[in-house]
Amino acid sequence: MLAESGKIDRRELTRALLADRGGMLVIAGLGAPAWDITAVGDGPQNLPLWGGMGAAAMIGLGLALAQPERRVLVLTGDGEMLMGIGSLATIAHQAPKNLAIVVQDNEHYGETGMQETATRHGTDLVTMAEGAGIKRTMRVTRADEVPPLVQAVRGADGPFFAVVKVDEKSKPLVLPPREGAILQARMREHLLGPEAHLA
Amino acid sequence: MSHSTAETTRDASADWPEAIYALLKKYSIRQVALVPDAGHSRLIKRCLADNELHVVSLTTEEEGIALMQGAWLGGQRSVLLMQSSGVGNCINMLSLSTIHRCPMPMLVTMRGDFGEFNPAQIPMGQATQPVLEAVGTLVQRADRPEDVAPCVEATLKFAFNTFRPTATLIGQRVLGAKTFGKDD
Ligand SMILES: Cc1ncc(C[n+]2csc(CCOP(=O)(O)OP(=O)(O)O)c2C)c(N)n1
Ligand SMILES: [Mg+2]
Repeated sequence: MLAESGKIDRRELTRALLADRGGMLVIAGLGAPAWDITAVGDGPQNLPLWGGMGAAAMIGLGLALAQPERRVLVLTGDGEMLMGIGSLATIAHQAPKNLAIVVQDNEHYGETGMQETATRHGTDLVTMAEGAGIKRTMRVTRADEVPPLVQAVRGADGPFFAVVKVDEKSKPLVLPPREGAILQARMREHLLGPEAHLA
Repeated sequence: MSHSTAETTRDASADWPEAIYALLKKYSIRQVALVPDAGHSRLIKRCLADNELHVVSLTTEEEGIALMQGAWLGGQRSVLLMQSSGVGNCINMLSLSTIHRCPMPMLVTMRGDFGEFNPAQIPMGQATQPVLEAVGTLVQRADRPEDVAPCVEATLKFAFNTFRPTATLIGQRVLGAKTFGKDD
C-alpha cells in the first residue's frame, strides 16, 4: 500500500477502493486517476475522463441522482477537484446518499509536469468540503486508514468526501479506450440494457 | 413599465414559461440544472414545485454541463437553464457532449442583446451564438413570444434525437430589457 516515500501508493489505493466493488459505478478525473482505474480493470462500470477538467464530481452527482440504487464513486486528482470546487456546495445541497468523492492528493498537477497545486501550500480540501456543507468526510494519510475509507465509500449515508495524501510519483500509463462514445454507451447499456441505444 | 424588471413584465402572450414547462414534461426531462436568471424565474418556480424533477442549483454554469453528462449516463434526460453570460462559463465543458455524443439542451435567456442597458452584458451577449456554434452547438433564436415554444421543442428534439449540444436563445425582445428605471 505504501510507496518508498512512506506515502500511500495511488494505484494500490485504487485497487483497494475497487476490489469486490459490486455494482459501484466509477467516474475518474482526467489524467492519472483515469489511468489508475484502468490499470485496476477497465469495464462498463467505469467512466475514465479524457477532458472536462473540473467535471468529475458533477458527473458523479448527475449519475447518482439518476441511479439512486447504485453506489457512485468519483475518484479524482487535487488539481481536478480544485477546478470544480464549487460543485461541493452543489453536491452538499442535493445530498445524494449514494455518492462518494475520493481525491488522490499528490499536491501537484502530475499530468502537466508536476507543478505544485494549492494543496501543497496549505489548502485543505476536507475543510473546504466541510465548509461547503458535506457532513461525512475523512483525511487519510496512513495505510491502516484505508480499510475504513473503503467501508465509508460503500456506506449508504453519503454524500461522503475524502482526501488521501498519495505519493507524488507518476505510475506507468495504462490507457482506457479513447473513443468517448464507446465509454458512454457501454455504461448506459450496462445500466439500461439494449434499450439504452433506442432511447 | 419603466420600473418593472424582466420577471415582472407580463402581457397576453407572456405564457411562454408555462409552454417550456409543458415541453420539459413532454420530453421526460428529469433533471433541471440552473443558475438563476430573472428571465427564467417563472419557469424555475414551476420546476421547483414539481416533485418529479431534480432541480439542481449550480455555483457556475459549467457544473450543469457536467451534470447533464452524468444524468444521461444514468438514463435520465436533463436541461440547463442560464442567462447568456453563463454560456461563457460552459465552453470547454461542452467537449463532454461532443466526445461522448451526449444530448445537452440549453435554454438561454439573453442579455447584452436588444435594448441592453448594462455594458457588462454586451461582450458575452454578442458572442453567445457564435461561441456556441464554434463548439458545435445547434442554435435556435426566439425573438417573439410565439417563437419560444417551437424553438425549445426543436432544441429538445435535436439534442435527444441527434446526441449533441443544442440551445435556444430567448431574446430580449421577448424578455423585455432591464433598464434600472432609465428608459431614455
Ligand atoms: C481546462 C483545462 N485546463 C488545464 C488542463 C491541463 N491539465 C490536464 S491534467 C492537469 C492536471 C491534473 O492534476 P490532478 O487532478 O491533480 O491530477 P494528477 O495528475 O496530479 O493526479 C492539467 C492542469 C486541462 N486538460 N483542461
Ligand atoms: Mg494531483
